[in-house]
Amino acid sequence: MADSIKNFVLGVFEDEDVLLKAITKVRKEGVNIHEVYSPFPVHGIEKALGYNRSRLSIAAFLFGMTGTCLALTMMIYMMTIDWPMIIGGKDFLPFPTFIPVTFEMTVLLSAFGMVGTFLVISDLKPWGKAKMFDIRSTDDKHIVAIELEKNKLNKTKITKLLKASGASEVNEKQMD
Amino acid sequence: MSLGKDYIFKSQTKKQLLILFSLGILLTIVGIFMIINGDSHHEEVSNLASESSHYEFHWYQRFFSNLWINNVYFTGISVSAVFFLAIQYVAQAGWSAGLIRIPIAMGSWLPYAFILMLLVFGIANHDIFHWTHEYLYDVNDYRYDAIIDGKKAYLNVPFYLSRMILFFVIWYLLYIIIVKESDKEDVNGGETHWRKLFTISAVFVVVYAVTSSVAAWDWILSIDTHWFSTMIGWYVFASWWVSSLAFITLIVIALKENGNLDFINHSVIHDLGKFVFAFSVFWTYIWFSQYLLIYYAHIPEETIYYVERVKSGIYAPFFYLNLICNFFFPFLFLMTRASKRHTRFLKIACPIILFGHFIDFYLMVTPGVLKDNGGFGFMEIGVLVVYLSLFLFVVLRSLSSRRLVAKNHPMLEESLHHDV
Repeated sequence: MADSIKNFVLGVFEDEDVLLKAITKVRKEGVNIHEVYSPFPVHGIEKALGYNRSRLSIAAFLFGMTGTCLALTMMIYMMTIDWPMIIGGKDFLPFPTFIPVTFEMTVLLSAFGMVGTFLVISDLKPWGKAKMFDIRSTDDKHIVAIELEKNKLNKTKITKLLKASGASEVNEKQMD
Repeated sequence: MSLGKDYIFKSQTKKQLLILFSLGILLTIVGIFMIINGDSHHEEVSNLASESSHYEFHWYQRFFSNLWINNVYFTGISVSAVFFLAIQYVAQAGWSAGLIRIPIAMGSWLPYAFILMLLVFGIANHDIFHWTHEYLYDVNDYRYDAIIDGKKAYLNVPFYLSRMILFFVIWYLLYIIIVKESDKEDVNGGETHWRKLFTISAVFVVVYAVTSSVAAWDWILSIDTHWFSTMIGWYVFASWWVSSLAFITLIVIALKENGNLDFINHSVIHDLGKFVFAFSVFWTYIWFSQYLLIYYAHIPEETIYYVERVKSGIYAPFFYLNLICNFFFPFLFLMTRASKRHTRFLKIACPIILFGHFIDFYLMVTPGVLKDNGGFGFMEIGVLVVYLSLFLFVVLRSLSSRRLVAKNHPMLEESLHHDV
């Protein structure tokens, strides 16, 4: 992917209310927004961008279930099948005593799995380099990045549209 | 701007509650007759048994036991609603500003609960609480009980009654102050009342933390006088608290569908649903913490509590039903986001949770009071229905007596735009 260079139009916004209205307006015109970069979480931005609900919770559930099964398999194999032992006058399968470990394993795997999944889908890796469209998005500006190749409208039209919806400036940037 | 329609306690609703009340009375009477008739043919056996255990069963014992279960259950729902109110003010919460008049209405049950508590304890203390018998403390009596005698400094009727009176008086006083401030806020507006409410609520939270625990020892734990559990305070609190949350949610949904609270949006319902879900899991955590320690340590004087419940043909089904209604069902049913956001799911979940926690209190009280003479029949349902109709009557009357929305609450605007 290193060779393919993409062209982006960047709308810079000062205020999150203007930003939210602009996103809605721009999307109504059929513009496909690549990503929005904000210095802080903006309420309602997912709705404005039309994002579907994250499926991370499903991943968390599946990882959690894996943890449950793993813990139960481990303990039942060790304590009941491989080397049955009587501890404290309990059965060979003292289910209530297994619950704390099962619970912990469920939480552990679901937490680790969730963090791992998040890192993978967000393409975050220790050796990765952050894509920075505009350094001011870490300070006080909201940046709306629009990829030109993925849009039917041309550059001038998008620029006009962004200006009309309240962008303080519109820049261009090439990214790989 | 006028928000929501004030609730009017229509005569039609009153009539429905009256029908519910009569139905409860009818069921109770049917239940009483069934016990009296069902008992006659094994009277000889119980007479034989009574010689050794000086214990004879009468139908009214089961009736008193039921009264006590419902006393504790509805007192808990009521006082925990005030606790809900208090933590909203202490946390300076914005999301709940539109619905705080509902827990206020639920708190109005407290004085009636107090009277019922005193009445039932006054009439039925010997039948419900074994430790109230004088002979247990008499060294010369053959029924002398050294263990109970050792607890005499704490478990004696005057001290017990003064604790009960003290708790209700403190709860009710703080509740009245909260309600007065909230009413004044409607008239005067501004932030001063809200700041005062913060202080009073903080006091209530601390008071509730101590009193709810001690009340649990008195009203629940002392029934099984020989047995003790350091978890019971938390356990009873968890049960009260989640029942109260489920009840608040149900009333909010009913009022929303009635058109009184149409500004309550999905996010507020979602937060209530999260509360019910989270504290159902919390209850399970406490329940299991108590169970696991007793199971693992395997000390006879502790395990007897669970032996009485799990090994009994009468109570074992309820022991499992308790876990199903209060953990497995809400945990799986309310896990997804959609089920906590939409009223049609919560309308199914909340009544089941409320019934589950009634069963929870049934299991805490009945086996200790009635031993093998307990059961679950028309009487249990009947007394519950009677209490429910009375509770609803008091709550709805209180709800209609003031504006449904605290219109000058400083956080009301935030509640309207609450979005999660």
